[in-house]
Amino acid sequence: MGLTPQDSKTGEAGFVVTSLEQAVNWARTRAMWPMLFGLACCAIEMMATQASHNDISRFGMELMRASPRQSDLMIVAGRVSRKMAPVLRRLYDQMPSPKWVLSMGDCASTGGVFNNYAILQGVDEIVPVDVYVAGCPPRPEQLMHGILTLHAKVQGERLADWATWGKLGKQQAEAENA
Amino acid sequence: MSGYYRREHADLIDKTFPGAVKEIVEFRDQVRLEIDREHLLEIITFCRDTEGLEFNYLSELNGVDYWPDAPRFSVNYVLYSFLHNHLLQFKVRLDDDDAVLPSITSIFPGANWPEREVYDMFGIRFEGHPDPRRILMPYDWTGHPLRKDYPLGYEEVQFTFNIDRVEVNKPVPSPRPREE
Repeated sequence: MGLTPQDSKTGEAGFVVTSLEQAVNWARTRAMWPMLFGLACCAIEMMATQASHNDISRFGMELMRASPRQSDLMIVAGRVSRKMAPVLRRLYDQMPSPKWVLSMGDCASTGGVFNNYAILQGVDEIVPVDVYVAGCPPRPEQLMHGILTLHAKVQGERLADWATWGKLGKQQAEAENA
Repeated sequence: MSGYYRREHADLIDKTFPGAVKEIVEFRDQVRLEIDREHLLEIITFCRDTEGLEFNYLSELNGVDYWPDAPRFSVNYVLYSFLHNHLLQFKVRLDDDDAVLPSITSIFPGANWPEREVYDMFGIRFEGHPDPRRILMPYDWTGHPLRKDYPLGYEEVQFTFNIDRVEVNKPVPSPRPREE
């Protein structure tokens, strides 16, 4: 029996049954827009990942929004100085839920080679991070692997998590529901 | 900038401002004058405005901490002339408890940010500066990082022997070494 494209409109193709969690998570992972947050050298690798040779628009990240109000994912690419930290926190707070943070590179994850008074020793001091990508800078393939890991994590999220995010904050909500 | 240092300029300044120049040093084709704070503005204005000198570009303005030597601080200026392609270096030594200098932003407006940086990193204040605030560190930071007695501010690196001691400061638990 052959199915034509018309059949899915008329209903002859049948039904697909899934759960709300799976459907919503599928939608969230397939069109996650990153926020332009390239701070230092890792930004070059992020641009390389966005460009045509390694292309993350095939994962739904067609464009990077400069405005936090219109983005879902904050890729912190580069070292964060102590002067920049309150700015980063403010931008994270301006992002609407659901939001995720991917810490790209060694400087954003742990402070990298800069173990001193001026650089934040890991962006997880101020924002809750979902995925850490190691590297100095991470190759585009590594960043894509980090993004796919984040997609796998988002696919596994549950309804109980969503309901409490806004009030409690994500990490605390996950810890309470776990 | 590349260019030539001329001993004659240093001698001319020494002659025009008797008593202001403490020392003239020549090192590997560079000429440096150590001057005192009271004549700083006059000498810099003289360098900029005199025929034949015409130093119209402030190439460098930076600070040094010579602790434990006294006088502790030094502020160095390097002037360059586009017209004649020559350079001259100036040095003003300052004490710890008296780290104030007149600002040369009235002569060279480009000295605004370098002087802010010297204030931020060493604590040397500049009188008459139009915008005396920190430039590299956050505005409410205490301490002046490039002084020799300022701590490095590093975080102890976590190895297996001190994993528990450093763990208390971490916001997220660290991965443990696997039991093989």
